[in-house]
Order: sequence, then C-alpha cells, then structure tokens
Amino acid sequence: MIDWINVILQGVLVGGLYAMFAAGLSLIFGVMRLVNIAHGDLIVLAAYVALVTTETLGVGPLTSLAFVVPLMAVIGYALQRLVLNRTLGEDLLPPLLVTFGLSVIIQNGLLAVFTADSRKLQAGDIEVATIRVFEGVYVGLLPLLQFAVAVAVIAALQFVFYRTALGRAFRATADSQSVAQLMGLDNRHVFALAMALSLAVVAIAGVFLAVRANFDPAIGPARLIFGFEAVIIGGLGSLWGTLAGGLVLGVAQAIGAHINPGWQLLAGHMAFLVILAVRPEGLFPKVRL
Amino acid sequence: MSVRVAFASRSSHIGMGLCAAALVALAVAPLWGGRDDLQLLSEVYTYVALASLWNLLAGYAGLVSVGQQAYVGLGAYVLFAFAILAGLSPLWAIPLAGIIAAIVAMPVAGLVFRLRGHYFAIGTWIIAEVFRLLASQVSVLGGGSGISLPASLVIAIASSRQWRDFIEYWIALALVVAVLALIVLLLRSRYGLALKAIRDSELAAACNGIDVLRTKVLVYIITAAATAMVGAFIFLQRLRISPDAAFSVNDWTAFVIFITVIGGIGRIEGPIVGTIVFFALRQTLADLDTIYLLTLGVVAILVMLMAPKGIWGLIVESFGWQVFPLERSVILGDRRVVSEQKSGG
Repeated sequence: MIDWINVILQGVLVGGLYAMFAAGLSLIFGVMRLVNIAHGDLIVLAAYVALVTTETLGVGPLTSLAFVVPLMAVIGYALQRLVLNRTLGEDLLPPLLVTFGLSVIIQNGLLAVFTADSRKLQAGDIEVATIRVFEGVYVGLLPLLQFAVAVAVIAALQFVFYRTALGRAFRATADSQSVAQLMGLDNRHVFALAMALSLAVVAIAGVFLAVRANFDPAIGPARLIFGFEAVIIGGLGSLWGTLAGGLVLGVAQAIGAHINPGWQLLAGHMAFLVILAVRPEGLFPKVRL
Repeated sequence: MSVRVAFASRSSHIGMGLCAAALVALAVAPLWGGRDDLQLLSEVYTYVALASLWNLLAGYAGLVSVGQQAYVGLGAYVLFAFAILAGLSPLWAIPLAGIIAAIVAMPVAGLVFRLRGHYFAIGTWIIAEVFRLLASQVSVLGGGSGISLPASLVIAIASSRQWRDFIEYWIALALVVAVLALIVLLLRSRYGLALKAIRDSELAAACNGIDVLRTKVLVYIITAAATAMVGAFIFLQRLRISPDAAFSVNDWTAFVIFITVIGGIGRIEGPIVGTIVFFALRQTLADLDTIYLLTLGVVAILVMLMAPKGIWGLIVESFGWQVFPLERSVILGDRRVVSEQKSGG
C-alpha cells in the first residue's frame, strides 16, 4: 500500500514537469495554430545552455535560470520573426516541415558540439534532501520544488492570458487575425511575443529536466511527445487541464514502470491512446484559451 | 466537335519514352554494374519508393505524417517474425508484410484520424513509438537489442550469392516501379481527381460530393501497406533488425521528408529528383554523418521558405514539363482548351 502511495506521488511530481513541457506547446497552438515539432529539442537546447552557464559562471542551476530564461525568450522572438512567421497561412505543410527541419538541425548541432555523451546538472545538497510525509513516504525536496514551479508557471500563464493587455492581444489574434490587425495589433509582433513566452517556459522546463536526470542531444522528440500527450489528455486549450494531463501521464508512467521497468513509456502512451479512443476532446476540454 | 479529356502532353510522351529506356537499362544493371552499384541502386529505389509514398500522403491527401517509420518497422518485423518463427521464405514475407500492415493500419487510422492537421502529425509519431516499444518487448525477436535473419533462409533464396544479389536487386526495382505505377494509376482514377480536389480545397471537395474522410483513410491504408513492403525489403537486405533501426525517425521519415520537399512536394517527379540530389550530396558528405543531416535540414527549410514547390516545381513553372501523363487537359476538336497546369492545378 505504502509502495503504491510512493509510486503515485512520484508520478504526480514528474507530471508537473510534463505539464511544463506541454504549457509552451499549448500556448503556441492556442495563439497561432502552430505545432512546434522542435519544441522538445528546444527544451534540450535550454538544458545545454544551462549546462554551459553553470560551468562557465560557476553558479547553481537555479541561479542559471536568470540567464537561460531571457536568452531562450530572445531566441524565441527571433525565431518567430525571422523564420516561423513566413510559414504561417492556410497551408499546414510549411510550419510543420520547417519546425521538423529545425528539430533535426538542433539535434545534430548539439550532437556536433557536445557529442552524444549523457550530461547532468549538479544542484548540490538539494538533490538528496527529502521531506518525510509520514512513515514510509518520503518526498524529495527537488521534485517538490519542481512541482511547485510547474503549478506557478501554469498559474502565471493563466494570469497573463486573462488579466493582462498582452493576454488580450493573444486572445484577440487567436480569435481573428484580420480583426486583431484592424484594431492596431501587429500580428508578427504578437506571434513573436507568444513564442518568446513559450520558450521562456521551455527554459524553466529544460533546467529542471537537466537537474532531474541525464540528458543527451537525442532526447528532445520524446519530450515533445510527452508534452503533446499531456495537452491532448488534459483537453485542448485549457491550461489547468494541461496540468491535469501532465499528472495523468506522469502517474501512468510511474505505475507502468513499477509493474515492469520496460513498460514505463508504453504505459504513458497507452493512457494517451485510451483517452484518444474514449474521450478525444480530453478530460477538461475548453474550445479556446 | 468532339470533346475529350487527355492526360498526356508532348513532354509526357518524351518523359515516358525516357522512362521506358531507363527502365530497360536499369533492369539489365546486373550485366553492367558491380555488386556495389547494385546495392547503391537498390538503396536509391527504396528511397524513391518511400518518398513517393510519403508524397502521396502529404502532397496529395494533405496527411502530414512523421510516423511512417511505424510501417517500415512493422513490415520489417513481419518478415523477420515469419522467417524466424515459421521458416517462411523472405520473398513470400514481403507481400505478407503489405497485407498485415493494411490490416493494422485500419484501427490505427481510427485513432489518429481523431487528431486534426498538425496534431495528426505528432499522433502518427506516437503510434510509431508504441510500435517500437512493443517490438522491444518481444524477446523471441531479440527484444531491444535485435536479431539476425537465419542464414539458412537467406541462402535458400538463390543457388549462389551472385544470383541472390541479382534477385534482391530486381525485387527493389520491381517495388519502386510498382509503387510509381500504383500512384500514377491512383491519380488518374476518380480517387486521384478527388485527391487533387481535396488538396486544393477540402470544403469545395466535400461540397462536390467527395467523401473526404473515406478518401483520406483509403490513401493512408494503401500507403501503409506499400511502405511496409518496402520496409520488409530494406531489412531483408540488411539481414539484421533492431527496434531502433527499424523504427528510426531519422532514416525513414526525416530523410524521406527532406527528399520530397527538396525535389518538389505534390508532384510525382519530385521524390525522384529529390532522391538523386540526396544521394549526390551523400556521396560528397559521406563521412560527416551529423553535418550531412544538418545540411539537409537547412536546405529543406530554405527550399520550403523560398521555393515551396521544390526543384521540380521550379522546372514545371519555367518549362511546363511533366514526365508522367497526369495533368488533365480538355481537348475540343483538336485544340487543347483547358489544362490543369495552366489553371494552376
């Protein structure tokens, strides 16, 4: 019994990380109907940026966020302005193929610079610190912090979307690009800001990913898939739904891994496919962001 | 005055003539080529076939899949499973792989077609991941580390090693010719007209009585079956299979997409031109695996942004050539009055 409580608790905590993968993806899709296939590779890129930052400046991973987050946001803005804006339109192919190409470029670029060796960020004492919930059930301080950050990120995105002028611009552009333009919004700028925000979230997710486990240049696509599954399980266009989707995915993987280590990923994919078959609109659907 | 619809044009007469000549020259390649040439040509054929099938899916049916490696791997595993567990000759296992893939593709289509547009793409990728993970759970087929094809079955294909090479070469040629013929016939049929209508506007196609979903599912299943047969062949040549190689997204999807985009998406000549460029580049950058993929990615993005119709699209715009008789023209008396190409088809 205690065993299962631990398993589910671990799943929930990892689920927070998956929700962070998903939030950036969901944001971009909500604003400009773009699925960024390079999303997972950008998470890995952020992890490497954090690695270089901690090694050259000698700071901890959490401190490195102060550098990684703004840098990724700038990359996001530039990427959208210079490349991705040119691909948006009626045709689905260009954005898909260009982001797919970007994914391959980032992966192989990282491979050329950092080799295929596994790396990890060292966070020091906090990595092993645990809190005792009750006898037999312990929670790592780091996973707990990661989960709290995930909830905070979702809450912050929710706030930006519904309580700020920027969020109003996002929602207006999502509703109708032409009307938004008539109201004086520059869509190219709005889209670039959305991508910047998305990559800021990616940066946070990348740093936590790098502290939690080993990473190498090839793990990006799997992160994209986890994020995507969380979005669909939770229901398109709902940020809190995305958090729930991440938790469902995390718990499914943890249960699978507990039964047989080879079933961890399979169990997550199965949970996704079952939801898709039984409830394709997701657990908490909402038409718009 | 008589009115009829013609597919052929002067350039397609020349094109088909050249194709026939090339086919004859390639069919007798064992006479003029060495073992390495045959192997390189076989590889070229498999990529032309895979890219043409992906082009049918994405360029004509608007179904952008990044998970076709699911069917390459499935076909390959069917071949290995029947060879190892039932002792079936690999040659018989190739058509069997097609049939099994078509059966598997039906329920899979039921799932992934619930996802629209962009999300369909990632959905297909997840299916491929599930197949890969399932394959690595099957311990009789080597689990995660893979397995080799029993030598006795390979030797049984032909009396000598040389004849085995020849037979495998001819299978590769037959596969690519069959795939191209299938696509040409499909595009010239009513379904082809429906596909072109869907490509141009789904709404308009539906308004004209085309069952859009049914047409797309049909194309998805046909593509899955043919892709699996090509996959089975590829791993018959490699003699060894592992989940990571059989379901590789780089080998069976990234390369295939780049080939199609560079050559010209939505045109049957595109994947052929793209494959030639791909192999020409590879022969020059062969030692730089990572750099090669990176370069291809950059080229594909540039093509997508600057010339979205690819190399063949540029040729069509400048010269109006078509190698395969596919563009419909209305002939009034002896005058060509409307052609798809001129109306932007």
